Amino acid sequence: MVNLIWLLMLATGIIVSALNGHIESVTVSAMKAAELGVEVAIKLIGVMSLWLGLMRLAEEAGFIRGLARVFGPAVRLLFPSLKPNSPALGAIIMNLSANILGLGNAATPFGLKAMQELQKENATPDTASPAMITFLALNTSCITIIPATVIAVRIQAGSVNPTEIIGTTIVATGCAMTVAIITDYFFRHRRTK
Amino acid sequence: MNFIDVISRWAIPILLLLIPVLAYLRKVPVYESFVAGAEEGFTTGVRILPFLIGMLLSISVFVDSGALQIVSRWLQPLFAFLGLDPDFASIIPLAIMRPLSGSGALGVATQLINQNGPDSFIGRLASTLLGSSDTTFFVITVYFGSVGIKKYRYALKVGLLADLVGLIVSVWIVTKVF
Repeated sequence: MVNLIWLLMLATGIIVSALNGHIESVTVSAMKAAELGVEVAIKLIGVMSLWLGLMRLAEEAGFIRGLARVFGPAVRLLFPSLKPNSPALGAIIMNLSANILGLGNAATPFGLKAMQELQKENATPDTASPAMITFLALNTSCITIIPATVIAVRIQAGSVNPTEIIGTTIVATGCAMTVAIITDYFFRHRRTK
Repeated sequence: MNFIDVISRWAIPILLLLIPVLAYLRKVPVYESFVAGAEEGFTTGVRILPFLIGMLLSISVFVDSGALQIVSRWLQPLFAFLGLDPDFASIIPLAIMRPLSGSGALGVATQLINQNGPDSFIGRLASTLLGSSDTTFFVITVYFGSVGIKKYRYALKVGLLADLVGLIVSVWIVTKVF
């Protein structure tokens, strides 16, 4: 499915550019995308190092284990295949907390860390484990309490009440997350039968 | 407003203070542990590089070509068919962009918010949409890529379905509330 979407977007873009008579824009976009990829990755290395460094401190001080003990039971309901003291739990909780608080650039490092931990418990290394899919479903649809970027954009645009969209955002993300959890559950059980 | 503003400004500084201080009190060699943890950042960044470039290539060529506008125009009659205000049609590009690219969606939303005014219906809807879902397609490919997963199984279906629900609920709730 990904292969097809990837090819479709690329091919449609090239055909549309050709029909609109600005085929040279394809070359520019392609080169820019390659450069942007490096830029994003390099920036991410910095942010990742910062958060993973901090996470190591929290781990060694026992905070992550504390977090996992408090929130673990609830989170494990969603991840029945994980071991009770799985190191993935801590990273998953950190990632979800960062998402909830709208700290986008902290969420990615914890998310990638959680994937690495989940991969260690994955019996089939080239195929997504159910726990990974549940994690990604939660991660991408996660309820957001403080959409910080949006609020900043609204302030800049001169909004009278920049935070008035917090309520609607919570409702929309809440529904999306519920649907993600339910469909994930449904798919997971359909496959195992 | 003030409360939220305070949280978003103080969250990171407080974490940066609290974790090292408490760790130090628990006899963790704070600087050395930080460096040891930070080391992992580099390998992860390098590992996801090819996936980033691959996705950005396809998304950029698609968006820069103007195909997004064409697809949005095709979808307009669907909105009319559903009996929705034709005004809604201007958020279609944002709805398509949201799962693909974070910076792209931010660009489209900023434009919509500035053009229509942040306190207009479209401005509020664009804000809710931007805040309420993640770059599903991007997150899935990069996260799976980073650990070498090739078969995604039903991950994409679940993620995109949740995005669709987020879109529908956003339109509904913004219409209801404002």
